[in-house]
Amino acid sequence: MAKIIIPTPLRKFTGNTATFETKGQTIGEAIQELIDNHQALSKHLLDDNNKLRSFIKVYLGEEDINSLQKEATSVAENAVISIVPAIAGGC
Amino acid sequence: MNQDIQLSGAEMARYARHITIPEFGLEGQKKLKQAKVLVIGSGGLGSPVLLYLAAAGVGTIGIVDFDTVDESNLQRQILFNVNDVGHSKAETAKSRLEALNPHINIIVYKTRFTRENALELVSQYDVVADGTDNFPTRYLVNDACVLAGKVNVYASIFQFEGQVSVFNFLNADGTRGPNYRDMFPEPPPPGLVPNCAEGGVLGVLPGIIGSMQASEVIKVVTGVGEPLAGRLFLFDAASFTTRILKVQKSPATKITELINYEQFCGIEPPAEKRAVKEVSVQELHELFEQGADFQLIDVREPHEYAVANLDGELIPLATVAGAAHRISKNKKVIVHCRSGVRSANAIRELEDLFGFDNLYNLKGGILAWSKEIDSEVPAY
Repeated sequence: MAKIIIPTPLRKFTGNTATFETKGQTIGEAIQELIDNHQALSKHLLDDNNKLRSFIKVYLGEEDINSLQKEATSVAENAVISIVPAIAGGC
Repeated sequence: MNQDIQLSGAEMARYARHITIPEFGLEGQKKLKQAKVLVIGSGGLGSPVLLYLAAAGVGTIGIVDFDTVDESNLQRQILFNVNDVGHSKAETAKSRLEALNPHINIIVYKTRFTRENALELVSQYDVVADGTDNFPTRYLVNDACVLAGKVNVYASIFQFEGQVSVFNFLNADGTRGPNYRDMFPEPPPPGLVPNCAEGGVLGVLPGIIGSMQASEVIKVVTGVGEPLAGRLFLFDAASFTTRILKVQKSPATKITELINYEQFCGIEPPAEKRAVKEVSVQELHELFEQGADFQLIDVREPHEYAVANLDGELIPLATVAGAAHRISKNKKVIVHCRSGVRSANAIRELEDLFGFDNLYNLKGGILAWSKEIDSEVPAY
């Protein structure tokens, strides 16, 4: 199964789970499956039109899905999906 | 290009291990001596960046920091020691770095990095290292670097995670690489990603990430190696995993002027927020002494509560609306957090949603309590 890596700032919405295994065939399906299992993530990942929020980047392997087919990008069996949020700490 | 730059005998001896590296050599060391690097923030990331850039012989280093050293900084800000608490970070850093390397020039700016001074400061330097700690300043640093045509060596940290990239890199063909806005066109809403004070950070993490940031600055300055331009490096110390992701330019990114970054990041100026009723820490102390009948609510996170608490009822800000039934409407309720900002937000939310009129914000939060009432309660 493909794996989604959840970044630290969002782990408070997944019960501190760092990774999530998904059967989703596309990025959109994979993210939806993640949200179905962790409802609290929904408003942080998706906007009112069910699109990924602009401060969240989603990567398939090392590629930004915006340079692929966005949410329609196909997900291979052993793919690694990274959710990358902006963090600002430096202190 | 470095015909005019000469290294003294003492400098040649000092930098011998650099000069010995074949692709670095005397030419690389001369480039470092000629370089001017502006380090914004001399905290967790700024400490290793400044120490390594100074040690390496960057000829002119500017330090922007308005802050003073606090006890809670010493867990990670390795530029400072216990004798520096209360002193200017930028001034303290300067004396430490001058002791480390007398051959370089350190310029101190004891000021906030603002929209008003950003372009003037950045324009005087070749490369910027961003070690700031909040979203508005991150976007300001980025935009100022883009407008002034400077490379922005970026790093940021949160708990166990770090990010590094080189933004606005000047390619051989004269074009510029991606910048921070290509990666993150918009900031997250306020409160989703806490700062270090609220969320915490592993002390050694800025040491690791800041050292990588220093390494990228040195590569950009000398032209040695392949800088992390168009790529974002991610490190998770908890699982010791690293990833390198591609960053691409976005046609939608347009930076034409500096803007109001607080507004851009959804942070309202305090004056625009509705005032809430307040009590001072002295008044709270009196209520405790009198054994008065009141409720004390603490809206911080459980890990903060574990560090220091006033025996209040813990209801973290994010859960406050769902826990409104636990809050009395019949007696005085004092709400507090670390500094008084989150508790004021909690009060506004409870007043708006449930019509509370008996909520009082503890002015200055637990920090004021620690300072003015009981120093045994840690200020963190």
